Amino acid sequence: MMNRRNFLTTVGAGVGVMALPGLPAFAQSTSPVGYKRLLILVELKGANDGLNTFIPYADDAYATLRPTIGIKRDQVLQVSDKFGLHPALDTLMPIWNKGEMAAVTGLGYPQPNLSHFRSIEIWDTGSNSNQYLNEGWLARAFDSVAPPKSFVADGVAIGGGDLGPFAGGAMGSRALSIASTDAFLRQAKLADPHGRASNSALQHILKIEGEAQSAALNIDPKVTLKTEFPTHAFGQQVKTAMQVVAASPGVAALRVGLGSFDTHQGQLGAQAGLLKQLGEGIKAIKDASIELGRWQDTLIVTYCEFGRRAKENQSAGTDHGTANTQFVLGGAVKGGIKGTHPSLTQLTGDGNFIHSADYRSLYASLLRDWWGFSGVQSEKVLGGKYASIPLFA
Amino acid sequence: MNGPEVSNAVISKIRSLYWSWLALSILVVLIVAGIAPSNAQPVPPVPMGFDEARHLLNRTSFAAQVSEINEFAKLTRAEAVDRLLAETRRQASYPPPTWSRTYERAYRPDMTQEERMKANRRELVERGLELRTWWVAEMLSTPSPFTERMTLFWHNHFATSQQKSRSATLMYRQNVLFRKYSTGNFAAMLREVGKDPAMLIYLDGAQNRKGAPNENFAREVMELFTLGEGHYTEQDVKEAARAFTGWSLDGDTGEFRFRRAIHDDGVKKVLGQEGRFNGDDMITLLLQQPATGEFVVGKLWREFVSPEPDTAAVKKLADNWRAANYEIKPLLREMLLSDAFWAPQNHGVLVKSPVDLVIGSLRQFRFSVEDPAPFAVILRQLGQDLFNPPNVKGWPGGEAWLNTTTLLARKGFLNRLFRADEMVKPDGGAGTMATSTSTMDAKPVGQPMDSMAVTGQSTAQLMDKDLVGANRQRAQMRLAARGTGGTDTMTPAALPAFGVANQLRGQYFFSAEQWFAQQPKQREMNDDIIWRTILAGPPVQASKDVPPTLVGLRSLALDPMYQLK
Repeated sequence: MMNRRNFLTTVGAGVGVMALPGLPAFAQSTSPVGYKRLLILVELKGANDGLNTFIPYADDAYATLRPTIGIKRDQVLQVSDKFGLHPALDTLMPIWNKGEMAAVTGLGYPQPNLSHFRSIEIWDTGSNSNQYLNEGWLARAFDSVAPPKSFVADGVAIGGGDLGPFAGGAMGSRALSIASTDAFLRQAKLADPHGRASNSALQHILKIEGEAQSAALNIDPKVTLKTEFPTHAFGQQVKTAMQVVAASPGVAALRVGLGSFDTHQGQLGAQAGLLKQLGEGIKAIKDASIELGRWQDTLIVTYCEFGRRAKENQSAGTDHGTANTQFVLGGAVKGGIKGTHPSLTQLTGDGNFIHSADYRSLYASLLRDWWGFSGVQSEKVLGGKYASIPLFA
Repeated sequence: MNGPEVSNAVISKIRSLYWSWLALSILVVLIVAGIAPSNAQPVPPVPMGFDEARHLLNRTSFAAQVSEINEFAKLTRAEAVDRLLAETRRQASYPPPTWSRTYERAYRPDMTQEERMKANRRELVERGLELRTWWVAEMLSTPSPFTERMTLFWHNHFATSQQKSRSATLMYRQNVLFRKYSTGNFAAMLREVGKDPAMLIYLDGAQNRKGAPNENFAREVMELFTLGEGHYTEQDVKEAARAFTGWSLDGDTGEFRFRRAIHDDGVKKVLGQEGRFNGDDMITLLLQQPATGEFVVGKLWREFVSPEPDTAAVKKLADNWRAANYEIKPLLREMLLSDAFWAPQNHGVLVKSPVDLVIGSLRQFRFSVEDPAPFAVILRQLGQDLFNPPNVKGWPGGEAWLNTTTLLARKGFLNRLFRADEMVKPDGGAGTMATSTSTMDAKPVGQPMDSMAVTGQSTAQLMDKDLVGANRQRAQMRLAARGTGGTDTMTPAALPAFGVANQLRGQYFFSAEQWFAQQPKQREMNDDIIWRTILAGPPVQASKDVPPTLVGLRSLALDPMYQLK
């Protein structure tokens, strides 16, 4: 409890900064409550084609760029007189119509790198294009403002893969990687943190053993949700994520992943299938959050390494591109279109979109407006000043 | 004053002491001079003993057995290092998959584009698994594990992924290249790596043309293969990219081809030099930079010596290395004979890679492996998917190998390896696996079968349910990709010839009783020999008094110290 109080004090200091005169009114209207608010990141692995996801259907150039794989105007789920969602996202329409879903367009960064691996590393670490950082942007955030010690972990990567934005934090930060709660609880029986570490590697191992053991103790296997989760792999990841939320004393952020969106060929069917799973998974997160009474305190954010090439390729697919649209959903979200969609006609020399907002602006919004980091803290985490995107006002 | 008289007596005593001290000193100097080799490596000419032999072997191979350690314990450090280096190889001993002889981009006129792509994808997944299985088999069976450790080191240094190269054949050829030069000449290897087709695809070299340069390879060759960050400018990258234009590959054979028409033969200003440089000149320029040696030596230090390189020692090694024209063996010799390598505080400080852990455990305990394919899959689960490093930086390694998922997965794997309760004695009749006696006749890939008792009371056999579970999932995905439905429809005939036929079994055999019986009796250290063989340092949690049973071995394998080397 002591730690938690300290934490709230720290965040309180952040509120003070944000409430300074001259800042937009929303900074005060959305009172920062810190890590009581949950962040769920959804990685669209392999890079989702934003142009066919959040579609500028009214722009003539769209049909020109996408003669074979373009979504027909009458199939687009219109959300304004210019834009609409891919038809496979129909499960999200009620959320959009309720004003709980935002589309953040034009996200990218200068000197875009078109390699999957490098570009996702950039997004995960919050770096510049030519900067190699060792720790994830959320690991830095948790180092800067520590989540309560009572939490099961600071960040949990679902699916058993890399820790992504949670990787490489200081010794104090706690990141879990969980493939499934069942397997985790079963294997965590082997965790044993006792003993003296005589070198740094052993210290690292005993720390992980301790994290696994205490996390396992803090996840109650008897707690189950009534919400029905989709049976596909993404649905099961979402289920694991929400089980951790439901059965533990708390967690600041989770990451789930869906893919592969790397649709170089035959994009139409592949992307539709994945977007359908995305919609179903997000719907399940919302249902589970409502069941837990915390939809107002839950934020879902999609991200991926880049968008895809404006013009479709010769194989009815799309190649690697740059700027992209991402979605933000939650009970506290003030929905709508955020930012400026890149021009469909003024492209870079290699046919890519020119980004209109730095991806770290999205991160700045999450740190400042969702968790109540001060401007200074956010700058420290992101290595620079980025204007936040008004997601909650 | 009578001081001087006293003094005289004292002085004469001192003088005689002085002479005897001098004589002694000269004697000592002579002895030391006789011992020390002329190149001033203070290597004692005495047998290095059990613990140092274990340290050397475990750092340079995949976990050594007691017999090997005892053999090396009789050698001096220098003799041991020379022997390891002399035993290295240039070729794999395990036969490669048959398809590796030809480049797979065969034109299939009977197929539509979509069918062709589907077929290629399926083929890539299958061959990718066979390729990984082949390397695991080589690592399990090689007489020179050091060769494979170095091959893997270069695979990680010149990281290339099948995910992007989209060709198992090209990945195989690159692996052959790394093994050929594993302890050969770095300069020659670097020249060939730049022209290696898998690399040309992976870092877009094949897209790099005059007037439309692609800087990917030019940047990474400087940042990650030679100089390291901070030793070149953005302008150097641009100019180097121009120099590398024209390095391409032949679409039919998958071999390197220089395309003069797209080569930019203009003057380049790069790394402080100016000239009509081509790609070969560029590599020469990179090899002339002292930073290149320091960067690579630093990485080798972290691989073999300690997590934090000694800057001065690295610089000295690198200078010698560059002067010796980048021959790898003399460098390794000097590094492995350095004080830092043997320093007690550097024992047990490196985190085992998944390959170290999995291959090392199977080799050290002489598990009889019927089919290595599941272990390739396990390596992926533990975070080291061979031929698929996460990005061009390679696997980060060190402490980054371990997070809750991977550490628990490692312990889960080790626990299953030594799990007595699911091992079924063939004559026991109890349990689920008593029926599969026939599978025991299968030819093992790893240690020779005759080293294992496959019959009788002491033999245990393990069918790994967890392994099968994880594996079955993947197999079903593969089968789905084949479009043949579930496991029931799978017939051996439809599967590739190598390794994959038994992919759903995941069987291995181990007899703890026999393993203990094979350990030589040692007069002095008998009580300690088991943990001193298996662990790089004293156990953190397990008892040093190891009962000679499967449970005893498991307690050591689950000790945190087992994760280190």
